[in-house]
Amino acid sequence: MNGVSYVELWRALLPEGCLTLGALLVLAIDLAAPASRPAAARRGAATALALMALAASAWATVRAGTDGAAFGGVFALDRLTLVTRLGVIGLALLTVALAGNLSRLANAAEYLALILFATAGFTLMAASNQLLLAFLALELASLSLYVLAGFDKTRPESAEAGLKYFLFGGVSAAFMLFGFSLLYGLTGSIAFPEIARQLAAQPPSALLVVALVMVLVAFGFKAAAAPFHLWAPDVYEGAPVGSAALIASASKLAGVAFFARLLWAGIGAPVAATWLPVLAILAAASLVLGNVAALAQSNVRRLLAYSAISHAGALLLGVMVAGRSPGSVVYYAVTYGLATVGAFGVIAALEAAGPSQRIEDLAGLHRRSPFLAGCLAIYILSLAGIPPLAGFLGKFAVFADALRAGGLTGPTGWLAFLAIAMGAVGLYYYLLILKQAFVAAPKNGAAKIFIPPAARLALGVAAVAIIVFGVAPGLILGAF
Amino acid sequence: MNALPWTILFSFAGAILALDAGTRSAALARRVGLVATLAGLAAALLAATRFTPGPGMQTILDLPWIPQLGARCHLAADGISLTLVLLTGIAATAGVLFSWNIEERTGEFFALYLTLIGGVYGVFLSADAFLLFVFYEIAIVPKYFLIAIWGSTNREYGAMKLVLYSFAGSALVLGGMLWVFAAAGGKSFALADLAAAAARFPKNDQLAMFGLLFLGFAVLAGLFPFHTWAPTGHVAAPTAASMLLAGVVMKLGAYGCLRVAMPLFPEALAWWQPAIAWLAIAGILYAGLVALVQDDFKFVIGYSSVSHMGFVLLGLAAATPQAVGGAVLQMFSHGVIAGLLFAVAGRIVYDRTHTRRLEALQAMPLHRLLPFGAVVFVLAGMASMGMPGFSGFPAELAILIGTWKASPIWALFAAAGILVAAAFTLRVVQISFFGRTTAAADSAPGDGLPFAPVTWPEKAGAVLLLASTLLIGLRPDLLLDWINPALQSPLMQAALKGGQP
Repeated sequence: MNGVSYVELWRALLPEGCLTLGALLVLAIDLAAPASRPAAARRGAATALALMALAASAWATVRAGTDGAAFGGVFALDRLTLVTRLGVIGLALLTVALAGNLSRLANAAEYLALILFATAGFTLMAASNQLLLAFLALELASLSLYVLAGFDKTRPESAEAGLKYFLFGGVSAAFMLFGFSLLYGLTGSIAFPEIARQLAAQPPSALLVVALVMVLVAFGFKAAAAPFHLWAPDVYEGAPVGSAALIASASKLAGVAFFARLLWAGIGAPVAATWLPVLAILAAASLVLGNVAALAQSNVRRLLAYSAISHAGALLLGVMVAGRSPGSVVYYAVTYGLATVGAFGVIAALEAAGPSQRIEDLAGLHRRSPFLAGCLAIYILSLAGIPPLAGFLGKFAVFADALRAGGLTGPTGWLAFLAIAMGAVGLYYYLLILKQAFVAAPKNGAAKIFIPPAARLALGVAAVAIIVFGVAPGLILGAF
Repeated sequence: MNALPWTILFSFAGAILALDAGTRSAALARRVGLVATLAGLAAALLAATRFTPGPGMQTILDLPWIPQLGARCHLAADGISLTLVLLTGIAATAGVLFSWNIEERTGEFFALYLTLIGGVYGVFLSADAFLLFVFYEIAIVPKYFLIAIWGSTNREYGAMKLVLYSFAGSALVLGGMLWVFAAAGGKSFALADLAAAAARFPKNDQLAMFGLLFLGFAVLAGLFPFHTWAPTGHVAAPTAASMLLAGVVMKLGAYGCLRVAMPLFPEALAWWQPAIAWLAIAGILYAGLVALVQDDFKFVIGYSSVSHMGFVLLGLAAATPQAVGGAVLQMFSHGVIAGLLFAVAGRIVYDRTHTRRLEALQAMPLHRLLPFGAVVFVLAGMASMGMPGFSGFPAELAILIGTWKASPIWALFAAAGILVAAAFTLRVVQISFFGRTTAAADSAPGDGLPFAPVTWPEKAGAVLLLASTLLIGLRPDLLLDWINPALQSPLMQAALKGGQP
């Protein structure tokens, strides 16, 4: 670690610093507030503080720049880092603004602080260029998410979600750590560039395959890819809506960016033949299982979970072709995150107004709240991949990369064709949601839905962002 | 020419305005719909007056869009595009007139309707494969809601089936297009660039790519045996949507075949030619025979659409200049005539009688109760049978002559299809409007008008469509003078010669 500069460290870590400081302040102020203060006021103060911390972090991210490795190569400050950090911060901002049912949760300030901690983990994942830091970042994010998933103490489903997520996550973390230790044993280094250099120089070994499989299992878990997806439906269903939104969006984006970097910069193209087939199998399984199982769902959140599994397949395909440029997979993950956060925002607004678990509970949404129905249509159609929404372009860009990587003779080309075919299946269940929202009549006694101003703004922002990114994808693609 | 992009803009802007107007009053939303479609038609007519026919697509607008994918916002037109843009303008305007009685969620209806129209205009004006595909898919989803919300018989099933077929077709197109794009180097989606690169692909790849693209587009054109979405969808749809679906949206598929699949892979066209031609003939005959035994008024017309689109596909497959020119003319002609038939069956008759069962209609002396409807339907039926004087005649004649040059057998079978068309058309005209004039009918209430009188929008729409089919029937050269030069472009010439220099 020659040339270590603490000024550089400060610059590179300021985004995480802002988030951590913000989280601590949220906790401290809430602790110091007199008990006589109404809960709503405390919630408002905590939310405002959290939003400010996220905004400050975004500012620090831009200020950190993109001039390469920092602090002796521990951090990579490149465009991937910049876009991913801004993406997760943006998605966290939307999540905080949309988690309208905070009033259901006893300790709103703690909830918000955990979201900030998780976001700090995500941004650190995006920037880390070294195994140890990466593992710490991943664990910071995961531990926060476990608690967030089980945060609603009034509902047993939430506890179930938290426990399941924790058990699966703990095992996968163990796998990953084991894989990392084998990589360290093989190469004697924890720095990504050095690992790549060492691996390229040695013949492929069985040990390397074991190490990579361990790492990819952990990745499969993180991305909710089949066959490591079993936690996803239960967590999406049981977790508080804000937690589910964060797990489904920002966590995915950070995971994809981190693994794209680890696999391409850290393990490297020369040994790609050892890990690409594994990823291809995971991607194919996710595409098929996610789309087919989603057909049978009657619960909106579980349906979104299976849709997430199918999107995980496309994301893995994107990671497989991210070697030349991670632009399209990051674009895909960001826009997928926007649509998912938005969809969970709609669920949050519905939950505040009554039961909202079954698809039929969406019936007559166009009467109960035209705004909500319109936003839902944009999110769902984006997930289905209908132009001019961003979801279409994400798929298109990833598939184009997949075919450019080797035509139909390569495995990625076949996966792209599979994904296109499965997209036609997917439209069916997405339309089932929209059918309830737009075609079915509202149930008797279903009242109009009130949406808090902040949530209304956030829903609008997410919808507009999906359209803008869809029409002008260069805003993200051009950054790479 | 420069007026053409406005057609797209007017439609999408109209969609947003209609949504807003719908929250105030239904009447306002209707007027917005009419103004937007009329503005589109006016722009198309203005462009037509200033159009100088020539080979190749004349660029109207060419802006960089997504440099990472090499996609450009490239709008261009030739005589073929212009013909179909004009058809879209006419059909869209007529469709608004025939949905004047939509009272429920009017704003949303016209917003979806205009979004669909905007997508259709966009497809006809795109010279970049990516842009074309984007517009093509924009036109898919509104169909679902138009049918599922405002439709009738079995509407949710019909809507879902139609949309899934369309989307499956477009998935084939997407796969084929990405494959071509990647194989061509992944630098550009311009049709001309893709065609230049495609000539160098291995023969087997060309065959498969052509198959994906052509079949994908042809699903939307109602190619047998992938046509089954069409009758159920058309029957379930509200009148204006049926008119658009049969009149314009099916043309998107045929246009995609002609504009994308055929010029890119002329050699593969030659290989696939017999299969496509026989499927097209099967569609003409099968759908015609099925139409002959339907007992639902709208199903007859739904199957007749499939049969008539079979002529378009046969003309494309025959790939002689006359046949392809006839196919484009038939696209225009069928667009207008199908619109007219659906308007009579769906709006003028069904909205008043509330039954489409031919047996029930037979019991009513409709020719006396709805004389206007009877006159329009007889004229439309004559046009649909291909009587001289209507646009169907020159179109089908050109297809048959052109096909004869490629293969007399195909032409003979297709000619038999014209006989079948005459049979089912005469049958439905007879049963629906000139049923048994029994005693019961004579004692119909007051023998006057138990039905609401035909309104001015219906009359205006019918006159617009009838005038179009008569004008082109009497002066087909008006359109052929645009279409034939367009077939002289190098891309089209390659397709027409089956890859032979």
